[in-house]
Amino acid sequence: MIRLAVISGKGGTGKTMVTAALSRLLKGSLVLADCDVDAANLELVEDPRILSIEPFMGMKSAVIDPSLCVGCGVCEAHCRFGAVERDMDAFRINPLRCEGCAVCTAVCPSAAVSMQPRQTGEIKYSETTRGHLVHARLIPGAGNSGLLVHAVKKTAMEQDGSCDLFLIDGPPGTGCPLISTVSGVNAVLVVTEPSISGLHDLKRVVAVCRQFRPRIFVAINRFDLDMALAGEIEVWCRTENIPLVGKIPFDPAVIASVRAGVPVTDARVSPAAQAIQILAAYLEQELKQHDNK
Amino acid sequence: MKLAVASGKGGTGKSMVAANLAFTLAWTGEVTLIDCDVEEPNLHLFFPAPATTRDITIPVPSIVEFACKHCGKCAEFCQYGALTVLPDRVLFFPELCHSCGGCMLVCPKNAITEVSRRIGTLSTSVPMKGLQLITGTLDTGSPHAVPVIREAKTMAGHNTTVIIDTAPGTSCPVVEAVDGCDACILVTESTPFGLHDLQLAADVVSRLGIPAGVVINRSDGKDDQTIQFCTDHDLDIMMTIPFSREIAAIQNRGDLLTRARPEWQKDFCSIFFKCKALAGRER
Amino acid sequence: MKVCITAQGATPESKVEERFGRAPYFILMDSDTGSFEAIANPYADGAGGVGPKAAQLILDRNAGALISGLLGGNAKAVLDAAGVAQYTYRSGGTVKDAFAEFRNNTLQKVG
Repeated sequence: MIRLAVISGKGGTGKTMVTAALSRLLKGSLVLADCDVDAANLELVEDPRILSIEPFMGMKSAVIDPSLCVGCGVCEAHCRFGAVERDMDAFRINPLRCEGCAVCTAVCPSAAVSMQPRQTGEIKYSETTRGHLVHARLIPGAGNSGLLVHAVKKTAMEQDGSCDLFLIDGPPGTGCPLISTVSGVNAVLVVTEPSISGLHDLKRVVAVCRQFRPRIFVAINRFDLDMALAGEIEVWCRTENIPLVGKIPFDPAVIASVRAGVPVTDARVSPAAQAIQILAAYLEQELKQHDNK
Repeated sequence: MKLAVASGKGGTGKSMVAANLAFTLAWTGEVTLIDCDVEEPNLHLFFPAPATTRDITIPVPSIVEFACKHCGKCAEFCQYGALTVLPDRVLFFPELCHSCGGCMLVCPKNAITEVSRRIGTLSTSVPMKGLQLITGTLDTGSPHAVPVIREAKTMAGHNTTVIIDTAPGTSCPVVEAVDGCDACILVTESTPFGLHDLQLAADVVSRLGIPAGVVINRSDGKDDQTIQFCTDHDLDIMMTIPFSREIAAIQNRGDLLTRARPEWQKDFCSIFFKCKALAGRER
Repeated sequence: MKVCITAQGATPESKVEERFGRAPYFILMDSDTGSFEAIANPYADGAGGVGPKAAQLILDRNAGALISGLLGGNAKAVLDAAGVAQYTYRSGGTVKDAFAEFRNNTLQKVG
């Protein structure tokens, strides 16, 4: 099984649009995972039919049992995250602030605080025309999306481990969710754009990915909005020995297709769709070569 | 007044709105612009100026070797796996430590003290008259965005207009940055992706009880669904910026729309007055 | 000596798991007697710091060597400090296969 993650470093580069198109263009059986769990968008263009929903339990958080609490305030004094809130004489834990350190359970003289699993999201398992899709939703303000990414990938592997391709829509940034996404994949495709922050973030995300030793590919979206910067990205890729597998032009057909809820390659012939078709063919060939090694 | 600029999704132009707003308001008053997108701070790219920088630290454990009996209680207690106790020594992984102080509490031999560890930096600059820029930067690989944001927010004076640029998304760093603001500007783009993420961001600010308005960026004129959503949720659309190759080019090279095209300043001024009206409104 | 091998299942016939901290099982093979013991990894779905926690676990079980695919920096630091040798196995075979290679001295030691 080839495991390919589409990532971006910076948000808003068109990563989801490329992932959706690749899901239609790459050959063989596949399973999809949306690991951008803070803002899962793949479902908007894959028209999924939900088969099941599982709760996701994040890190444990502290809970005060009001019948045991004597109101001494020792927990409040020891909590370094400001998670203990006082409401008249009663104490409560604010789950948005609790980091699950368990200090309050250790200092409470009346054993009124315990660590309880807390649901911080849900994992959805759905059917699409191109195979199963695992997607998730995180409760706003809940932390640990890295763990949810791990859970999403695990569900996909358990349910559809026999597919030819595991295609992942990754999160933006270089933090914990990205690391969870990239660990264990064979290849990553970084979708970037020609702007000063685009190149800056591309370098950062490639540095993080390299620790995991996947094959790395780059595609430049909306490359024609700044040819000079696009050229700079191209030169950088060449010096770093990273194959540039595609250059996608700015094209209003992309937004139109997203509005219609389909990948741009499904809509009428357009410059962006053609560029992505070439990208997919190139990528397919590169991935196959690796497989034969 | 304290204003936050947020967006559910990255790449919508959130920093661009914050930077232009600050640039415009600084002509007539005192503005503090705080970059709370500490994983990828980039407001300084719009405002190059010499800055003074200091470290932000958190307390982390330090083992007093001669007192430690290697009982393993600290490692057993630590919820983050930051301590491992071997028969002859204790290993500490600072990047896993959340600085909760638990290990120090449970150590039966008082063999743990705390030392400061750097997690990021705070830079302050005055790129133009009337504008102070505060940038919180998280060290790469450090997971402690929240303390950096908290520190950056406390740096702002009380008598100025404060504009806070947040991280994209709806996770804890965003909640930390937006919490306590008088109003919030949500920046979106008129695609279904943008709308979907706007819904998430609007949900967060309404949970926090902060009044919000919307800026639609890179509009292609087909904003019906976004406008409908805003009407349904009583969100004022404060400004619509059309997509144009010219505006995109100004931004891509790191310039400001209001600097390159001053006629846009009146639009950003009006956002400010709309925010003021929002902040005064009964919640 | 006990050799710990990260595994996807609870028997020597299970596939080797390439991750260490989040491996579903640790199989402890005894290189003297040939017997084995399977430990379900309590940190497989843990929130954070699973590498060093898992390392502490196999140290407590007196493992003298570890065979796995990828090892994080923290886990490696713990095992290095405790003098546990680490070997890489990424051929996609079973725990038995990996153990046989270990005995034939054909596994690559992690430097």
